[in-house]
Amino acid sequence: MDCPVVWLYCGGYIMAFNSNIPEGPLKDKWTDHLFNMKLVNPSNKRKYKIIVVGTGLAGGSAAATLAELGYNVEAFSYHESPRRAHSIAAQGGINAAKNYPNDGDSIYRLFYDTIKGGDYRAREANVHRLAEISNNIIDQCVAQGVPFAREYGGLLDNRSFGGAQVSRTFYARGQTGQQLLLGAYSALTRQMKTGNVKFHPRHEMLDLVMVDDKARGIITRNLETGEIKSHAADAVILATGGYGNVFYLSTNAMASNATAAWRAHRKGAYFANPCFTQIHPTCIPVSSEHQSKLTLMSESLRNDGRVWVPKEKGDKRKASEIPENERDYYLERMYPSFGNLVPRDVASRRAKNMCDAGHGVGETGLAVYLDFSDVISRNGQEWVAEKYGNLFDMYKQITGENPYEGPMMIYPAVHYTMGGLWVDYNLMSSIEGLHVLGEANFSDHGANRLGASALMQGLADGYFVIPYTIGNYLASNKLVDIDTNHPAFKDAEDKLKESNDKLFAIKGSRTVDDFHKELGKIMWEYVGMARNKEGLEKALVEIPKLRKEFWKDVKIPGSETELNPELEKAGRLADFLELGELMARDALNREESCGGHFRQEFQTEENEAKRNDADFTFAAAWEYKGENQTPELHKEDLNFEHVKLTTRSYK
Amino acid sequence: MQINLKVWRQENRQAIGGYKNYSVSDVSEHMSFFEMLDKLNNELVRKGEDPIAFDHDCREGICGSCGVTINGRAHGPLRGVTSCQLHMRSFKDGDTLVVEPWRAASFPVIKDLVVDRKSFDRIMESGGYVSINTGGTPDANAIPIPKIDADAAFDSATCIGCGACVAICKNSAAMLFVGAKVTQFTKLPQGKVERRERVKNMVAQMDAEGFGSCTNTGACEAECPKEISLTNIATLNKEYLKASLC
Repeated sequence: MDCPVVWLYCGGYIMAFNSNIPEGPLKDKWTDHLFNMKLVNPSNKRKYKIIVVGTGLAGGSAAATLAELGYNVEAFSYHESPRRAHSIAAQGGINAAKNYPNDGDSIYRLFYDTIKGGDYRAREANVHRLAEISNNIIDQCVAQGVPFAREYGGLLDNRSFGGAQVSRTFYARGQTGQQLLLGAYSALTRQMKTGNVKFHPRHEMLDLVMVDDKARGIITRNLETGEIKSHAADAVILATGGYGNVFYLSTNAMASNATAAWRAHRKGAYFANPCFTQIHPTCIPVSSEHQSKLTLMSESLRNDGRVWVPKEKGDKRKASEIPENERDYYLERMYPSFGNLVPRDVASRRAKNMCDAGHGVGETGLAVYLDFSDVISRNGQEWVAEKYGNLFDMYKQITGENPYEGPMMIYPAVHYTMGGLWVDYNLMSSIEGLHVLGEANFSDHGANRLGASALMQGLADGYFVIPYTIGNYLASNKLVDIDTNHPAFKDAEDKLKESNDKLFAIKGSRTVDDFHKELGKIMWEYVGMARNKEGLEKALVEIPKLRKEFWKDVKIPGSETELNPELEKAGRLADFLELGELMARDALNREESCGGHFRQEFQTEENEAKRNDADFTFAAAWEYKGENQTPELHKEDLNFEHVKLTTRSYK
Repeated sequence: MQINLKVWRQENRQAIGGYKNYSVSDVSEHMSFFEMLDKLNNELVRKGEDPIAFDHDCREGICGSCGVTINGRAHGPLRGVTSCQLHMRSFKDGDTLVVEPWRAASFPVIKDLVVDRKSFDRIMESGGYVSINTGGTPDANAIPIPKIDADAAFDSATCIGCGACVAICKNSAAMLFVGAKVTQFTKLPQGKVERRERVKNMVAQMDAEGFGSCTNTGACEAECPKEISLTNIATLNKEYLKASLC
C-alpha cells in the first residue's frame, strides 16, 4: 500500500488524512481509478448542486464541464466577468507531451521533468496523471477555437521552457493564458446561456459552511451592494488561485488573494507547504516605493535572450559600452547543459547572488541584463517581434526603454505559490465535500513549478479530473437535504457581519495599503528568496505584532452596504496577516533547501539547494487550531517508487 | 510633478454624479496613472474621505478590467495602451486631467469610474463559442490551419473586452467587440460550422442590449488598446449579410 492513512482525532470526530492514491502500476493508476469510481446516473446529475468559487482556468473549466455533464452549477467570482480572472495574464505557454517536434518527449518524460523540477516534493501519482492528461487539454483547446501558434505547414508550433530539454510548450504569442481563459470562458458562457450555470459576478466568498462535517455551502458578500448571502450545495469547489500577494509586491493581479482558501483552512481544511513560493527570475525590477505591483516578462524570453552581468563589480557603464569579453553570461557558464533555461528557482537565486556580490546593474543595482542582440542580429527584429512583440511593447511601456535597442533589465519577483490547500488524489481537501483546484491546491508542483505548467494543471484539474472525482464523491455519500435555513448558515452570516462591524469600529489612522506594504517588507526580507532560522524567527515575532496593530489602527472609510474596495482589501489583508505567519512557520520547520524554498544554512559548496531526503520527504499539512494558537503539523510521506531522488543537476 | 484631476464621482447607480477636483503632488514620471490614483486614494482615506472607485486588476493591459476616459480619450492619450499601462511620463507638471467612466447607456455606472459591462457577457452567451463539450475532440494536429489564418484569428482574439470601442463611439456601438469574436471564428475551421447562427444571434443580442450601429468613423480602432482593426467590422457585416441571405 503506497498511501499511508493517518487517523486523527479532530474536534470531536475522526477524520482520515489519506492521499487516496489508487493501487497499481503508476501508468495504470488513473485509468483504473476512472473505472473504479462510482458514477452518477445522467438523470440524477441535475439533482446535485455544485458551488464553484473562482472562474479562472481551473474554476471556469470545471464549472463548464460539470454543467455539460448535467450538474446544477453555481459559479462565483469577485470579478465582474469570468474573463477577468488572473489566469488571463499567463504569458508563455502550456506544456503537453505531444512530442509533435519529434525530439524525444513522452508522458513519462514530462512526468519525470515535473517531479525533478519540483525538487522531489510532489506526489508521483498526481504528476503522472497530469502528464497523461496534458495531451487532451491541447486537443480540447484547439477544438474550442483557441488560436495557438502554427507553423507554415498548418501544424502547431512548440517552444522550450525552463527545466526541459525538449520543446513541448504550446503558445499563442505572449498571451497564451488569455487565449486559454477565453476558451474556458466561452465554454462557460455557453452553459450560462443554457441555465446549467448560474454565474454570480462581483461576489466574494467569505466563509465556508459545514453541516455534519461536510462542506455544504458558502457565504458571499455582493461587492456592489454589500449584501451578505448564504448559498447551499452538495459539494463546494474552490479554484481561487494563489497567495503571492502576501508579499504586497508580486506579479499577481491586484485583487488576487487567499481569503476563500484561508477561511476554508480556518474551518478545518489543511494548508500544505505554505512556504513553497515561486520567485520568477524575469520580472521588471522594482523602481521605487510607489509601486503597486510588479510585471512579469515571460520565461519564454529565455529561449532567445541571454542573461548577463558585468564581470567587474560596480561597473556603471551602459550595457552597450561593455565589451563582450567583460560580460559574464553566468547561467551559460555555470549550467552549460541547460544554459539560460535552468528552472526558475535556480535562475532567481543566481540573479540574487550576482547582485548581492555587487554585479547588479541599473540605478538600484538590483537587476541583471536579458539581452536579445544576438537573436536580433541572427534572425532580424521582425522575427523577434513575431514571437515576443507584446512583451517587448509592455517592457517599453513600463520602463520607457526600447528592448530592441538595448538589453532588458530584469530581477526576480514573487510569482506563484506551489503551496495551497491540501488535497487527496481526488482533489478533495481534508474537509469532505470541499474540493480544491488549480493554484489554490498544493498538489502537483512540489517545491518549484516548471514554466508553462500552471495552465496545464489548472485545465487538467478543471476539464479532466474533477468532473469524474466529484461524481464519485456524490455517488458514494448519502447527503442530508439541507437549505440555507439550516442554522449553520445563519451562524456563519452573523459571525461575518460581526467581523465587518469590528473592522469599521476600529477607525484607526493607517490605510490598508500601509499595513500591506509593511507585511510585504517583512515577508520579502525574512520569508523571501533566501531564508534562515534567525530571520524566520524574527518574522514569527514581527507578523503577529503587525496583525495586532492592524486590528487596532486600520482605517476603513465608507459603509458596508456599498461598493467599498477598502473594506474588500482589509478583509483580504486580515487573512494574509495570518497566512504570512504560517508561511514563516513552515519555512522554519523545513530544515532543508528544496526548489523555491532556500534555507541559507542548507546549501552545497556551489550554493545549490541541499535537500534532506531522510527527514523531509513529506508534504507539510498544517491544521488550524484557533486564533493565535500554534497550528498542528501533519506529515504526508511522499513515496518515490519510480523516480530516484538525486541532487538536481542542470549543469 | 503636480497633477490636477477633475474626476467623475457618483455614489451609486441611482445617484446623480458630478466632477470633483483634486490635486496630487509629488507625482513621479515613473508612476503609472493608477499608481498616481492609488497615492491619491491613500491620502483621501487618511483624511477620512471616500476614495475614488475604479476597476483594475492585472495592471498589465490584459485582463480588460480597467478603462477610464482621460481628457476625452479612452484609456488616455497613447495608442495601443490600456489605462493601467499609461505612465505619468506621458503628462507634464501642472497638467489638468479630466477623468471619466466609460459613457454608454449599455454600460451603466456602478460607482465613480466603475461601470457595469455585463451586456458584453450576454453577447458572448448568445454565440461567442464553438458548441462542443469537454472530451471526445480530435487530435490537435488533425486539422492543419494555414498560418496566415491562425495568425489572423489570433489578432482578432486578442480583444480584452474592455469596452473602450463602445465608450469612444459616438453611437456607442459594440461592433468592433462583436466583429472581433465573429472574425476569430470565421478564420478557423472549428468556428465555421456555426458561423451563420453565431453572427445572427450575436448581432441580435448586441441590438437588444441597446448598442448603436457603426457609421464607419473608426474611433474604435483608433482607441482600441489592442489595436483591433476596423476590418473586423467589415467581416462582421459580410458574415451577417451572408447569414441573412441563406
